[in-house]
Amino acid sequence: MKLKAFAACLALTGMIPALTANAFVEVSKDYDYKRFDEKGLTLNVANWGEYMSVNDDESLDVNSEFETLTGIKVNYKTYSTNEELYAKLMSGGADYDVIIPSDYMISRMIKEDMLQKLDFENIPNFSLIDKKFLNPTYDPTNEYSVPYMWGIVCIIYNTKMVSSKIDSWNALWDEKYKGNILMFNNPRDAFGIALIKNGFSLNTEDKSELQKAAQDLKEQKKIVQSYVMDEIFDKMEGGSAAIAPYYAGDAVTMMEENPDLSYCIPKEGTNRFVDAACIPVAAQHKEAAEMYINFLNEPEIAYANCTYIGYSTPNTAAYELLDDEIKNNPLQYPDDEYLQNKTEAFKDLSDETNEYTKQLWNEVKASSSNSWLLMMIFLILAVVLSIYINIRRAKKKKQDIF
Amino acid sequence: MGSFKTKLMASPYIIWMAIFIIVPLCLVIGFAFTTKDGKFTIENIAITTEYVPVLLRSMWLAVISTAICLLLGFPLSFIISRLMPNKQGMLLTLLILPMWINFLLRTYAWMTLLESNGLINKFLGLFGIGPFDNMLNNQGAIVLGMVYNYLPFMILPLYSVMTKIDESVIEAAQDLGANYIKVIFKVVVPLSIQGIYTGVTMVFVPSISTFIISRMLGGGSNDLIGDIIEQQFLGNSYNPHLGSALALVLMVIVLLVMSLFNQFGNEENIAV
Amino acid sequence: MKKPFSKIYISLILMFLYIPIFVLIVFSFNVSKSRANWTGFTFDWYIKLFHNRQIMSALLNTVIVAIFSSVLATLLGTAAAVGIHFMKKAPKAIVMNITYIPIINPEIITGVSLMLLFRIFSDAFGFKFGFLSLILAHITFNVPYVIYSVMPKLRQMNPYLLEAARDLGCNERQAFFKVAVPEILPGIISGFLMALTFSIDDFVVSYFTSGTSVETLPITIAAMTRKKVSPEINALSAIIFIVVLGILIIKNIIDGKNAKKEAKNNRAVSF
Repeated sequence: MKLKAFAACLALTGMIPALTANAFVEVSKDYDYKRFDEKGLTLNVANWGEYMSVNDDESLDVNSEFETLTGIKVNYKTYSTNEELYAKLMSGGADYDVIIPSDYMISRMIKEDMLQKLDFENIPNFSLIDKKFLNPTYDPTNEYSVPYMWGIVCIIYNTKMVSSKIDSWNALWDEKYKGNILMFNNPRDAFGIALIKNGFSLNTEDKSELQKAAQDLKEQKKIVQSYVMDEIFDKMEGGSAAIAPYYAGDAVTMMEENPDLSYCIPKEGTNRFVDAACIPVAAQHKEAAEMYINFLNEPEIAYANCTYIGYSTPNTAAYELLDDEIKNNPLQYPDDEYLQNKTEAFKDLSDETNEYTKQLWNEVKASSSNSWLLMMIFLILAVVLSIYINIRRAKKKKQDIF
Repeated sequence: MGSFKTKLMASPYIIWMAIFIIVPLCLVIGFAFTTKDGKFTIENIAITTEYVPVLLRSMWLAVISTAICLLLGFPLSFIISRLMPNKQGMLLTLLILPMWINFLLRTYAWMTLLESNGLINKFLGLFGIGPFDNMLNNQGAIVLGMVYNYLPFMILPLYSVMTKIDESVIEAAQDLGANYIKVIFKVVVPLSIQGIYTGVTMVFVPSISTFIISRMLGGGSNDLIGDIIEQQFLGNSYNPHLGSALALVLMVIVLLVMSLFNQFGNEENIAV
Repeated sequence: MKKPFSKIYISLILMFLYIPIFVLIVFSFNVSKSRANWTGFTFDWYIKLFHNRQIMSALLNTVIVAIFSSVLATLLGTAAAVGIHFMKKAPKAIVMNITYIPIINPEIITGVSLMLLFRIFSDAFGFKFGFLSLILAHITFNVPYVIYSVMPKLRQMNPYLLEAARDLGCNERQAFFKVAVPEILPGIISGFLMALTFSIDDFVVSYFTSGTSVETLPITIAAMTRKKVSPEINALSAIIFIVVLGILIIKNIIDGKNAKKEAKNNRAVSF
């Protein structure tokens, strides 16, 4: 094990220290953030891509603030879908201390004993969370998760390429935008849209409804330019695609970067989600992880995060700090009545439905526009030809010998 | 270190080989034939039949890329092998140099070039041509990415064989009345056949199993078998058992192709 | 072959290979982070590169893993090659065929199979994915290349050389280190360099075996290509490109000089 220790030493001492020693943000005075100072702890944090104020010149870097404040090093990693996070945790390679999955994935992880119960003594800022986010269906007893951000799914489009008014998910199936449509590259969100479009529930367990949705997705595949997650920022901001469904907060960010972009909340209704911070069972520094979660809910930090990433905050103190313009933006803070009537949250589905959806999704992704019969004939021809050449050469050699 | 025996020097490696080459492959086979609970099943292998279209697509694209690499690489290697030695060295250096830049970045640069508002369209726009809308996110773009990344793997083995072909052999053929095409097909091709086999395998194997080139240039709608395997382990649809089954199928295909070529290869060895 | 055609053909292929690299380097001087629009010239990304903790630590990790794995792979592989060389025919064939597996197997299968192995390790003895798993994985795919570059040198070596050394009073160890090693040194060096290069450049195997705590440069780049590649990475590639170009040019000049000298000597001899 000497080797490993040596390598680790090299890695730690060689690391370039954080250069941004910003002025401290204000944090609650009565919380002891210095407990782990000079213990050399490293906290592994996994979050969605583009989902925290880090590595940017204009906004404060939440992780380096945390590092200067507590002396705990943050090893920050990103993933792009809930399912990917789940796979990383299951594959045994991940040793995350803090993760931020979405609602339905949290209930699945609770069900599969993948999360630890939190010690709320260490997270006093939990009291700042808005009452309407307490006792959610995914964590009915509030034991495993602390809400981080919430939002809805909307359509974002480029006004230079889309001239007509858009008000429905059907726009994503419109032949006019052939080759310029982007679509979610994860089964839950993609099926969600196809289900709402047909007027079904997002959480349907009815196989025929799921089949219809899969059929629609296969249909749509012919006009889809590409299936994306984080890649969407590049493509929409750069103007290489016309229309896409995505999370509202990211839509806000993209619209700031490219003024040609606009959004629509489809009339059929949409998905509302909450992403919450949790601690996986394999976490090694539980208390430090709880400290990190508490830090995320410091009003100034939560404010910096939600203004930077554009999502909606469940933290009341941070909400108070927001400009009225943002508070009144129907994309970021739709009114309660709309949320009640027109939006639905994902719930964890039965294993059977999960498997079935996965299978249908694979079918959608694997379906091909060009005929595989042709390819098959070609490949068989190739094999036959090579065998023929082989035999001919062998015969020739025999002749040569004689 | 008291008794030093040259014969025993391979033993650490043999232990290593057993743990890190043989055991992992057995694990893949083991995972492929078991369920989550560790019970024996052939269901995973059965499910792989659903991915026949993906497999065919991967093979198809790999075959096309390999063919294009051969078509582009063969004349190039031959031209280089007939140059002055110092020029040969310089050109080889120029061919290897791009490989020192991470392949993901080079592939990413192709995205910048091919996009509908990318550099190629902007450049053509200057002359009033285009814009071409569908250069990225299709199978053609994937083939381009593979050819771009693996062309040097074709050129190097071809060159190293061709450089050994004596100029006088070619001259002799010409003197005996062979025209240019005949010289190529009757003299150069047979003499460089070993290089062709090496080059073809070195391009075909990474092409059929790639997973990131297809994701970047294929837009997520042209998944190859590599993408599907990756998704079963670290991606959207976690199922290492199915992933192992698919990996096993891929391995069998590669071995079949290899043995086909080995047949040629051995024969050639005997002939030489 | 007709000269102009050859020249045009070579330049077309080189253009094909170099256009993306040219684009990369040009955009390392772009003011805007966007990769589609040119907004002005700057050196900023080169300065920011050295302050970017993620890239710098990934670079360091890459170097650590590459050095450890290639040195260990060279030691293990050289010893193995010597041992295999003196083996009987049947075991030799078996070992060499197994050694061939990591070379011909698609990388993704090597990666996935090692990942499964490390996962069993972690379930059984609390093994952690990270530097150790990366180095083990890299050694595994590097050793065969070392063996395959040392073996030919052993075959070329005069088989009576070692015997002669023994007859002249060397023990087996001395005979090996004083006689055999210098003979096969070129093979060892080229094996080491190959291992180093493969290790630095490896993405696929590292992707499956690195876990989450340690990232090498190719993994960082892969994560970036899903969002936006920061021009700092372009700057880093430009630097690497220039350095490698420099080394290769110097090497070519030296080779050229040596070749001339040899040619002169040969001529002198033939006179």
